[in-house]
Amino acid sequence: MQFPILSVIVFTPIVAGLLILLLPEERKTEVRMAALAAATFALLLSIWVYFAYDVAAGGYQFVEKYTWLPSLGISYHVGVDGMNTPLVLLTGVVMFTGVLISWGIDDRPREFFAFLFILATGVFGVFVALDLFMLFFFYEIAVFPMYLLISIWGWKVTREYAAMKLTLYLFIGSVVALVGALAMYFTSGMGTFDMLALEQAGFSPEFQRFWFPFVFLGFAVLGGIFPFHNWSPDGHVAAPTAVSMFHAGVLMKLGAFAALRVGVMLLPEGAKAHMWWIILLALVNVVYGAFIASVQTDFKYVIGFSSVSHMGLVMMGFATLSSNGLLGSGVQMFSHGIMTALFFAVVGIVYDQAHTREIPKLGGFSRVVPVATFAFIVGGLVSMGMPGFSGFIAEFPIFMGVWRTYPWIAIVAVISIVITASYIIRVVGKVFFGQLPDEFQGHTHDATPLDKVALLLLSAILIIVGVFPSVMVPLVQSGVDNVLRLMGGA
Amino acid sequence: VFTGTFDPSILLAIFPEISIVVLGGLILILDLILADKYKESLGWVTAGGLSLILLASLAVARPELEPRLIWGGMVRQDWLGFIFKMVFLFGAAVTALFSTGYERLEKRGEFYLLMLASTVGMSFMASAADLIMLFLAIETTSIPLYVLAGFIIRDDKSTEAGFKYLLFGAMTSSVMLYGFSLLYGFAGTTNIYELATRIMSGDLPVVALSASLLLVLVGFGFKISAVPMHFWAPDVYEGAPTPVAGFLSTASKAAGFAVLVRVLLVAFPAITEQWGAIAAAISVATMTLGNLLALTQSNIKRMLAYSSIAHAGYALIGVVAVSTGVVSVTELGVTSVVFYLIAYVITNLAAFGVVAAFGRVTGSDEIAAYAGLSRRAPGLSLVMLVAFLSLAGMPPLGGFVAKVFVFAAAVDAGLVWLAVVGVLNSIVGLYYYMTVLKVVYLYRSEEEHVPVPLKGSYALALGILAVGILLVGTFFAPWFDWATTAAAAMF
Repeated sequence: MQFPILSVIVFTPIVAGLLILLLPEERKTEVRMAALAAATFALLLSIWVYFAYDVAAGGYQFVEKYTWLPSLGISYHVGVDGMNTPLVLLTGVVMFTGVLISWGIDDRPREFFAFLFILATGVFGVFVALDLFMLFFFYEIAVFPMYLLISIWGWKVTREYAAMKLTLYLFIGSVVALVGALAMYFTSGMGTFDMLALEQAGFSPEFQRFWFPFVFLGFAVLGGIFPFHNWSPDGHVAAPTAVSMFHAGVLMKLGAFAALRVGVMLLPEGAKAHMWWIILLALVNVVYGAFIASVQTDFKYVIGFSSVSHMGLVMMGFATLSSNGLLGSGVQMFSHGIMTALFFAVVGIVYDQAHTREIPKLGGFSRVVPVATFAFIVGGLVSMGMPGFSGFIAEFPIFMGVWRTYPWIAIVAVISIVITASYIIRVVGKVFFGQLPDEFQGHTHDATPLDKVALLLLSAILIIVGVFPSVMVPLVQSGVDNVLRLMGGA
Repeated sequence: VFTGTFDPSILLAIFPEISIVVLGGLILILDLILADKYKESLGWVTAGGLSLILLASLAVARPELEPRLIWGGMVRQDWLGFIFKMVFLFGAAVTALFSTGYERLEKRGEFYLLMLASTVGMSFMASAADLIMLFLAIETTSIPLYVLAGFIIRDDKSTEAGFKYLLFGAMTSSVMLYGFSLLYGFAGTTNIYELATRIMSGDLPVVALSASLLLVLVGFGFKISAVPMHFWAPDVYEGAPTPVAGFLSTASKAAGFAVLVRVLLVAFPAITEQWGAIAAAISVATMTLGNLLALTQSNIKRMLAYSSIAHAGYALIGVVAVSTGVVSVTELGVTSVVFYLIAYVITNLAAFGVVAAFGRVTGSDEIAAYAGLSRRAPGLSLVMLVAFLSLAGMPPLGGFVAKVFVFAAAVDAGLVWLAVVGVLNSIVGLYYYMTVLKVVYLYRSEEEHVPVPLKGSYALALGILAVGILLVGTFFAPWFDWATTAAAAMF
C-alpha cells in the first residue's frame, strides 16, 4: 500500500491542533513552535503532492478509499486532479504563512492555533474529497471555527456582528446545498455518495435544471457571489490577520471549488441551462466589487471588496463552461488566494504599526516596512493582471473564454481592470509613499523577520507562476479536461 | 396466561430490568446502613452498577434477530427495545455521576432509588407490546420523575416544577388511557401487534381510529415534549435539579420516542396517511416553536428546554418518513430516529452536565453568568463547545450525522419540503447556540480569575460524553448498523 499522503495532509492540522490544546496554557512559545512545525510539515507534503502529480497521466491520483458507512454508501474517498492540486498547495502555503504572521498573538494563542488548524483540516478535506458526504462533513468543519476565530481575536468594533453574519450566511448556503445533495443521492438510486459514481448517474435534464441553482448558489455563497457577497468584506475586516488570509485566500476558494465540483460536475445539464444568469451575477461581482473597493477609505475594506471582484472572475470563468474560462478560473483560484493572503498580511503589518486603517491618515510606510511595500506592490501588479505575474496567467484566459461566449460581457468586465489599477495605485501611493505622518514618527518599526519570510514566500510564488506558467497551466488544464469530459466535450 | 412450558430464556429477556431492581434493593440497604458522610458514594455505586448491567446485558442478554412476544404477549423481545434499554442505562449511569457531586440533593438513597425505578419503567416502555403493559410502564417511569423533579424540597422552584410536572403528566396520561380504552373497545384486544390485524380486518371508521390515535398522541407527545404538549418542559427543567432535568430531556424523551415509533408503526398501519400528516404537522410546529422561543431565553436551562423541544421536532422528521409505507424508506426512517436519539442523548447529557457543573459551583443558571468561562475553566468550556456544536449539528460531532440522516430519510420519503423546514430550523438553532458560546469564549467578567473546580465524577462523565459525541460523529458506521438492526426488527 502506498503512503496515504493526502490523509496525512488532511489530518496533520487537526491532530496538531488537539495536541496543542493539551499543552499548558502559559507555554506560549512551545505552542507557537508546535504550530509552526505542523504547518511546515503540511506545507512540505502539499509541495510534494504538487510536484509528484503526474500531469501526463491526468485523472485522480493519490487516491485513497475506505468504507465509512457501507449501508448508505458513504466512504472516505480522497484524491487530487489538476483542479484541486494547486488548491491543496495554496492551503499549505497560507497555513504556513498564517502561522508566521500570527506569531505575535498573545491572547490565548493555544486556542487560536487549535481553532485555526481545525479550520485547515476542514479546508484540506473539502479540496481532496471525492465523496459527497465527506465533502459536506469537512465543509462544515471549515465553516464553524471562523466564528470563534473572528469573534474572539477579531477587530473589536465589528467582530461579533461580522462573525455571526458570516457563519449564518455560510451555514444557510451549505444546508441548502445539502438538501440538493441528498436529492441527488436518492434520485440516482445508486446508493452511493461517491462523486465519481454520481458523475455517471445520468440525472434527467429536468432534475438537473431544478436542483442546479440550489447546489451551485449554496456553495457559491462562500465564493462570495453577488448578491450573497455581503458577509465577506465585513468578515475580512473583522478577522485577525491570519484569519483574513485564510478566509479570503482559501475559504472563498472552497465555495467556488465546491460549486464547481458538485454543481457543475455532477449536474452539467443544469449548469448549461443556468449559466447565462450566473455569468451576469459574476459580472456584477467583478465590476461592482471593483467600484466599491475604489471608494473605500478603510485599507482592509479595499482588499475585502477587491476579493469580491476577483472571485467574480473565478465564477465568470466557470460560467463560460469553456476550456479557456475554466483554465483561467483554476489558476485564478490559486493566484488570488496567494495574492489576497499577501495583501491581508501587509494590511495587518501596517495596522500593527499605525493602529488605524484609514487610508487618508496613513503615508510613507515604504520607509518603515520596505519588504511589505515590495510585497504589496507585487500583489497589486498581480491584482491588475499585469503580464509577468500570475494574475495575467489567470485573467487572460478568463476574458478569452468570456469573449467567445458573450463578447459584450467581456467588454464590460475588462472595465474592472482599469478600476482595479486605479484603486491599487491610489492605495500604494497614499499608504506607502509620501510623508510619514508625525504621529507615527518614532513609534514604528520594521516587520519581524518571520513576517518578511512569509511575505517574500508569497511574492515569490506570484512571480514564479507569472514568469513560468508551465509550472501550473498544464496541470490545471488536465483538470479542466476532466470537467469538460463531463460536459460532453464541449 | 402461561400456557405450555416455562422457557427460562424469557427471564434473560428482562435481564436488565431485573438487575436494575436488584441494584435498587442494594442501594436501599446501603442507604440504611451507611453513615451519612459516606452516602455520597451511593452515586458511584449506582453508576458503577448501571455500567455493569449495561456491559452484562450486552454480553448475555442480546436478543435474537428474530423478534418474539414473551411473557404472555406483554413484552416483545427485539433489537429496538434492547438498544433503547442500553441508552436508558447509559443515561441513568451518567445522571447518577452528575448527581454525586450535586450537593443540593439530600436523602441520596431515595434519589437514586427513584431514578432506578424510573429507568425500569423506561425499559419496559421500550419493549412493551401490550397497551396495559405500556400504560404501567409509562406510569412507572413518570411517577418517580415527578418526585425527582421536586426533589429539592426547600426550593420553591423545584417543588413547583415537581407539582407542575405531576399535574400535566396526570392529565395527559388520563387522556392517553382514554385513547387506549377506545382502542380496546374497537379492536377487542390490548395487544399492540394483534390490534393491527384486527383493525386491518375489521372495517372500523377512519374517524374513530384517528380520534383515538389523537388521544393516545397526547400522552406520547407529553413524554417527548412535542408542541402543543410542551408547556411543562421549560418550567420543569428550570426548577428541577439540573441532573434530573438532563435525565428528563434525554432518557425519558427517548423512551417516549421508542413507544411512539412502535405504536404508530405497528398498531396504526390502517391510517398511515393520517398519522403521517399529523406527525408532520407536529414536527414542523415543534421544531419551529422550540427554536424561536429558545432565541429569547436568558436562563440556560430554559434555553436547553426549548432546544430539546426543537430536537424532538427534528427526530419527528424521521418518524414522518416512516409513514410512507415503502419498506426501505420506512426502515431508513426508523434507523434515522434511533440514530438521532443516540446522538442526542449523549449530546444533551453533556450539555446539562456542563450546566450542572457550573451551577453547583456558581449557583447561577443565567447565560450571562457564563461570561469568561473559557478563562475560568478551559476544559469545561471545551466540553460545552463540543456539546453545543453537536446540538447545532456541526461535524465532526454526533449531531451533524444525526441531522443528515433524518433529513436524508425525509428526502428519501419525497418530503423535500420537510427537510427544508428542518435545515432552516437548524440555522435558527445555530444562532442561539453560538450566542451562548460567544458569552463563554468572548465576553469577559470580573470573576474570570476564579476557577470553576470540577469534581471527579463530573470530569469522568463529561470526558466520556465528549469522546462519545466525537465517536458517534466520526465512526458512525457501528451505531448506524445498530440502529438499522433495530429498525429491521420492527417488521
